[in-house]
Amino acid sequence: MINSSSDNVRKLNSINRRMFITGSLKFCIMIGIVSRLFFLQVKENKKYLTLSDKNRIREWKLAPVRGEFHDYFGNVIAGNFEAYQLHVIPEQVEDFRYVIYRLKDLLELSEKEFRKVLKKKNEIKPWETLIVSDNLSWQKFSKINNHLYDLNGVKPVISISRKYPFSENFTHLIGYVSQANQNDIENTEAIKKNFVPGLKVGKVGLEKSFEEKLIGSNDIERYEVNAYGRRISQLEFQKGKKGKTLRLTIDTEIQKLTNELLKDKAGSICVMDIYSGEIIAMNSSPSFDPNLFVFGISNDDWQLIRNNPMKPLVNKTLQGNYSPGSTIKPIVALSALENGIINTKFTVKCTGKTEMYGQTYHCWKKKGHGFVSLRNAMKQSCDTYFYEIARRLGVDKLSETAKKFGLGEKVFGDLFNIEKKGLVPNTQWKKNALGQGWLLGETMITGIGQGYIQTTPIQLCLMTAHIANGGYKIYPKILADEELKVIPEDKFTPLHQNSKNMRIIQDAMFGSTNEVMGTSYRSRIDNPKYQFAGKTGTSQVKKITAQERELDLKTFEIPYEQRDHALYIAFGPYKSPRYALSIIIEHGGNGSTMAAPMAKKLFKLIIDRHKIRQSINDKKYLEI
Amino acid sequence: MYQHKRLSSGNFNIIQKFKNFDYLLLVCILLLGFISLATMYSTDGGKVLFHTKSHFTKLIIFSIMMLIISFINIKYWFHIGYISYLSVIGLLIWTYLFGITSSGSQRWIDLYFINLQPSELMKIFIILCLAKYFHRMKIENVNSIYTILTSLIIILLPMGLVIVQPDLGTSLLIAISGIAVLWFAGINHKYFIYTVLGFVISLPFIIAFLKPYQKLRVLTFLNPDKDPLGAGYQIIQSKIAVGSGGIFGKGFLKGTQSYLEFLPEKHTDFIFTLFSEEFGFLGSVILLIIYAIIIYRIVAVGAGSRSYFAKIFCYSFGAAIFVFITINMSMVLGLLPIVGSPLPIMSYGGSSMLATMIGFGIVMSAKVHSQQLIA
Repeated sequence: MINSSSDNVRKLNSINRRMFITGSLKFCIMIGIVSRLFFLQVKENKKYLTLSDKNRIREWKLAPVRGEFHDYFGNVIAGNFEAYQLHVIPEQVEDFRYVIYRLKDLLELSEKEFRKVLKKKNEIKPWETLIVSDNLSWQKFSKINNHLYDLNGVKPVISISRKYPFSENFTHLIGYVSQANQNDIENTEAIKKNFVPGLKVGKVGLEKSFEEKLIGSNDIERYEVNAYGRRISQLEFQKGKKGKTLRLTIDTEIQKLTNELLKDKAGSICVMDIYSGEIIAMNSSPSFDPNLFVFGISNDDWQLIRNNPMKPLVNKTLQGNYSPGSTIKPIVALSALENGIINTKFTVKCTGKTEMYGQTYHCWKKKGHGFVSLRNAMKQSCDTYFYEIARRLGVDKLSETAKKFGLGEKVFGDLFNIEKKGLVPNTQWKKNALGQGWLLGETMITGIGQGYIQTTPIQLCLMTAHIANGGYKIYPKILADEELKVIPEDKFTPLHQNSKNMRIIQDAMFGSTNEVMGTSYRSRIDNPKYQFAGKTGTSQVKKITAQERELDLKTFEIPYEQRDHALYIAFGPYKSPRYALSIIIEHGGNGSTMAAPMAKKLFKLIIDRHKIRQSINDKKYLEI
Repeated sequence: MYQHKRLSSGNFNIIQKFKNFDYLLLVCILLLGFISLATMYSTDGGKVLFHTKSHFTKLIIFSIMMLIISFINIKYWFHIGYISYLSVIGLLIWTYLFGITSSGSQRWIDLYFINLQPSELMKIFIILCLAKYFHRMKIENVNSIYTILTSLIIILLPMGLVIVQPDLGTSLLIAISGIAVLWFAGINHKYFIYTVLGFVISLPFIIAFLKPYQKLRVLTFLNPDKDPLGAGYQIIQSKIAVGSGGIFGKGFLKGTQSYLEFLPEKHTDFIFTLFSEEFGFLGSVILLIIYAIIIYRIVAVGAGSRSYFAKIFCYSFGAAIFVFITINMSMVLGLLPIVGSPLPIMSYGGSSMLATMIGFGIVMSAKVHSQQLIA
């Protein structure tokens, strides 16, 4: 008993000692856990709170509403219109296979489109929206609506998207929008900032140039989401700003007429206000329907546009480099007058050709014009006369005047990245670019707008405007309401030395259009209200061989690619000039038969529209 | 005094039993039950759904069972020590042969009204068995080879049966329960030190033998950010939930991490995470205090028991519960690798609750019958 009790005591001692050790250990571990809790929940609380918010809050950006383009009179030429779309939320559909095949039938989806939809479905979560069709026709949209009883989970949605109501009329000017690609995102900060999948951005034209103004800013929705990304509740909605609506200086009526005139032809027409520089119309042909691009162009349509030999994708107004032909003559004459090389009484005898160092230079009129003065030479576009004065003037002085009047440099500066500079050659240029000395013969052909000299239609239009306004510098503009941040210092500075010379040139152009023997006499308008002055041009595409000269083929007898370009520049009304225009018809043959008649039609409309345009301006001032 | 107590200990009447009852322990357990119910309600997204209902039913049934156990004399629990252990071994063998397989391991047996997980029961009955084994052993025999080998077999047998399920976590917890008894029984502390040393030395080899998913868990524990959406997801999300709780918590039913399903296993192993997110540091400390009081009471009951069996059972059970709590919390707080170990009472799971409640019941019985001597 004693033994057992002493054994018991020993056992109790042992267990109590060990219990004490265990208890102390437990206490320490407990402290450890509490300090861990303290560390996580008190000390690092902020960090984990942020992480938890990052977990649960997700932002959805919605595509911003794009600014519109209006013409001068407020007509929408690129706007946001209703687009009929079809959305499906796979999760809400009982029998997805049935519904999707039913939709395939109803929408007449091709096998390819159908597979695309199925692929898209597999990429999204079941509660996300599957866009089956983003641009349905009204017929299909209403058809779907009629069958909705049968299509659980299918949602017909009216959304907004870009639309160009005048289809091909403004394509080259405004351009078009299409889904943003990697390049767009990387190169434009505004796109990067506002990017959402499916965002449409400007690809060419003004849509691209003014992207930053047009794009607006995203609506932002903040949602609480669960671990699988499903939206649980909306926390916040931040309304974005619509992009800026831009009013252009364009007159849609005139633009439409240019489109009509250029129908089935390759070419360009621009019309400009000679004082304000406002572009009234600017068109390049052939054009295409920009609406095709908004939802991604089909391959067939794309091939059709791409393979058209008249090159619809080239904006000829800005990108087309043409030899100006005889339309350069007013500048040559002006330069000669300004530099005192000639005066109005200076005459040259034209025999149809002139020889220089063994080379023969032909006048367009084989029989020759006889003795011609400046006015007559301009009127009849005598090449021999201009060979002679160009020879006397020299190419360097000529290029100086030409550049002053707007040739050889971009008219819109950086506005359009596609705009070409053209080329006004001089001796220095040739030495630098070609490493050769300038030849006298080259000066002579430059005098009739052939050879190295290259101009774009918009440059010719600006040149004409400068001549028409009496030789004062203007800056073309396309935005009606844009107050230039910095008015260029040289705006309205004279480009001429003697205004008499300007008068002489204007008068010669008047003769060319309104007097018998003038090259565009047949396109004249006698009513002084509409009367205009112009200069024809016919620019050779290739060198005419002696044999061809003998044959003297009619335009239609020459293959299309070898026909001359037809050009015409003009301003009017002559009494108090206000508008200038340039017309180029590629391979149109002859300036006087092809281009000048268009000017006649244009001036009628332009001058009729002038009053209406003026009333808009007056209203603006009245409101102020 | 001594005499009086001894005399009265012979004829327990029901009033005496009520008088001896440990009300503080009962209140704490019921409080814990209530908290666990509220937390379960929160895991169901603030609705009374399956988990809440089931947890509530089990809580009621097992609490009543605990009370019944506590009024049964401690000596009966002493008597069934070996039999209960062998029955659970039988159940484990049954599980091995006919158990239900779920998520890759065969742990449950279908008893129609409940899916029983015998390995959970083993955590308690191994204590009961070993406590009985050491109860009458003379102190000089405790460290004999024979004793040590026998007790090791008692521990290793269920461990082996649980490891093959496979369920490494529970088998380790069973081992800890068993080792706790050995520790209190007075096995020479050198053996424990040698075991720990041996374990540390053989750790690399053990890791080499681990299954790939177990290895991944260890690696994830060491660096959870390596694969935040895969293996590290649980622990990262758990830490975010706890950390974002702050001092006062996000509020009842407002734990975004759990409500939005970022938390995995929120009903079971990660229930403390949810609680901690909603009730913050303060709530967590209160919960810890409740647990601490429970453990303190268990130890106190042990200290106040006259029988060595009751003493060793209470101490070991207290230590085991403490380890279970610690391991679970350390796991969700990122202090230990993820091993499947429930938080006693709080976690959803019938078998774990059943085992814990049986343990509490026996402890209470020891309190009620603290003067009972066991021959």
